[in-house]
Amino acid sequence: MPVALLRPDSTAPLEAVKSKPPDVIQLARKEPNRLRRLLRRMGDTAAVVVPPLVVVAVMMLVWEFACASPKSSLPGPTRIWAEASDLILQPFFVAGPQDIGLGWRVATSLQRVAIGFGIAAIVGVLLGVLVGQSIWAMRGLDPVFQVLRTVPPLAWLPISLAAFRDSAPSAIFVIFITAIWPIIINTAVGIRNIPQDYRNVAEVLRLNPLEYFWRIMVPSAAPYIFTGLRIGIGLSWLAIVAAEMLTGGVGIGFFIWDAWNSSKLPDIVVALVYIGVVGFILDRLVAYVGNIATRGTAAS
Amino acid sequence: MHTTRETTSTTRPTGTLAEKPFLSIDHVDKTFRRGATTTEVLRDVSLTINRGEFVSITGHSGCGKSTLLNLIAGLTTVTRGAVLLENREVNAPGPDRAVVFQNHSLLPWLTVYDNVRLAVDKVFGSTKSRTERHEWTMARLDLVQMAHARDKRPNEISGGMKQRVGLARALAMEPKVLLMDEPFGALDALTRAHLQDSVMQIHARLGNTVIMITHDVDEAVLLSDRIVMMTNGPSARIGDVLDVALPRPRQRLEMASNSEYLRCREAVLRFLYERHRFVEAAA
Repeated sequence: MPVALLRPDSTAPLEAVKSKPPDVIQLARKEPNRLRRLLRRMGDTAAVVVPPLVVVAVMMLVWEFACASPKSSLPGPTRIWAEASDLILQPFFVAGPQDIGLGWRVATSLQRVAIGFGIAAIVGVLLGVLVGQSIWAMRGLDPVFQVLRTVPPLAWLPISLAAFRDSAPSAIFVIFITAIWPIIINTAVGIRNIPQDYRNVAEVLRLNPLEYFWRIMVPSAAPYIFTGLRIGIGLSWLAIVAAEMLTGGVGIGFFIWDAWNSSKLPDIVVALVYIGVVGFILDRLVAYVGNIATRGTAAS
Repeated sequence: MHTTRETTSTTRPTGTLAEKPFLSIDHVDKTFRRGATTTEVLRDVSLTINRGEFVSITGHSGCGKSTLLNLIAGLTTVTRGAVLLENREVNAPGPDRAVVFQNHSLLPWLTVYDNVRLAVDKVFGSTKSRTERHEWTMARLDLVQMAHARDKRPNEISGGMKQRVGLARALAMEPKVLLMDEPFGALDALTRAHLQDSVMQIHARLGNTVIMITHDVDEAVLLSDRIVMMTNGPSARIGDVLDVALPRPRQRLEMASNSEYLRCREAVLRFLYERHRFVEAAA
C-alpha cells in the first residue's frame, strides 16, 4: 500500500515523501475505497440472500399454477393469504383460551421441547459417558440403544400414556425418548476418542474422577456432544407434532391436528412454515452455542 | 567402596551419591500381552540414578525406551522386578514424576497459563495460597520464557513454544524426577538448540533429576551426565552406559572441538551403528 506512506500522520514517514503535499492523492483514493468496500459487502450479502429468494419465488409460482383450478384439493398461496393472513401477520394475538396466535402456540411447544430435550441432554450425556468410558457398559447397553433408537416417536406415545396416565408428561417423555439416542451415541464416541495423551496428563496430575470429568472429558468430547445435541434438538422438534396430537392443549402440533379436523388446510400450511422456521432457528442456536463452547477444542 | 559408603552415611545423612540410590530400576521385565501373542519388550533392565543427575536413554526405534520411561512414570506397570523412587515402589503415575511428552500434550481448551495453573492447583492446592499459586505459575512460565504468552491458547503458539509450556507444566509440579520423552524430536534444529540451552540452564539452576529419551546423539552428549544405550528390541536390555565427563556449564560452541565431547559422541555412534545396528527385519 504505497498510499499509506503518503499520509501525513503515518508512523514512519519517509523524509523525502513527507516534504511533498500528499493531500490530493489521499482524498482521491480514500472515498472510492470505502464505497467499493461497501459495494463488495452488499454483493457478498446478495450472493447469499438472493438465490434462496429466487427459489422460493419460483416455488410459489409453480405452486400457485398447480393449485389454480377451483377443484384443486390443496390451497394455493393466494388462497392461503386470503384465508389465513391473520395467522401470518399477527403471531401474538389472544382472542380466547383456545384462539391464540401461532407465536404463542410455538412458545408453548418450545416449552415442552425445552423440558424434554433438557432432560434428554443431561441423561444422554451421562449415559454416553458411561458407555464411552466402560467397555462392559458399552457391550451391554449399545445393542439395546441401537434397537431402541429406531423406534419412531409416535410408537412411544401409547406406552407413555399408559405409564404416566396423563398427557403432559407423556408428551415430554416422547420428546425425551426421541432426542436422547443421538446424544448418547455421539457422547460415547467423543469419550472413546479422548486422546491417550490427555488421559496420561490426567493420570500424572492425579485428577480425581470429578475433575477428570469437568477438566478433560467434557471439553475434549464437546465437539461430539454438541453434534449429538444438534441432531437431538432437530429430532425433538420433529417429535412435537406426534407428541401433541393426543395431548391437546395449545401447542403448534395440536393446532395442526385441530386444523385438520376442522378442514382448515391454509392454517396447516402456515403452521408448517412456522415449524420449519423455528426448527431452523433451534438448529442454528445449538450450533452457535456449540461453536462458542468448543472454541479452542479443535486439535492444535 | 564399602568403607566410603559407611563414612558418608554417618557423616552426611543426606548424602548425594553412594549412600542409597535415589531412583533404581531393579531387574525389570516388561511383557505386553495382546490376545494370544505376548511380546517381551524389556528383559532384566537394571539402572540406578542419583539425585540431580541428567541421564539420557538412547537406542533405535522399538527398543523399548518409551516403555522404560512409562514404567518410571507409572503409566504402565512392570511385569517383573520393580522401580523404586527413594526406596518406595512406583506403581501409579504421580506429580513427583512429571512427564514432558513428545507431542507436548497441552490441553487445547486451556490457555498457556491455565495449562500450567491446572498442575499447580492440583499439586499445591492445599499447601499454597491462591496468590502463591499464581506467582508460582508465573515464575515457572518465566523460567521457560513463556510468560508473555500466558493468555494464548496452544494452537496459537509455535511447536517450540508449546514444548516450553509443557516443560513449565512439568517443572511446576516440582517433581523429584523430570521425565522427558523425546521432548524436542518434533522441532527444527535451531528451535531444538534453543530449548536444549534452556533445559541446561534450568537444570543448572534447579538441580533436578532428569531422565530424557532422545534419538539425537549430540543432544544426548551435550546434556547428559550419563548416556544409557539400549540394545535392539524385542527383549531389549541396557547395552552400555557411558559417563560423560564434561564439566558444567557446557557451551555448545566449545563442544565442537572438545576431545571428551568427541570421544563420547563417537562411543554412542559406534554403539548405535556398529555394535547394534538397526535391522528392520530383526523380529
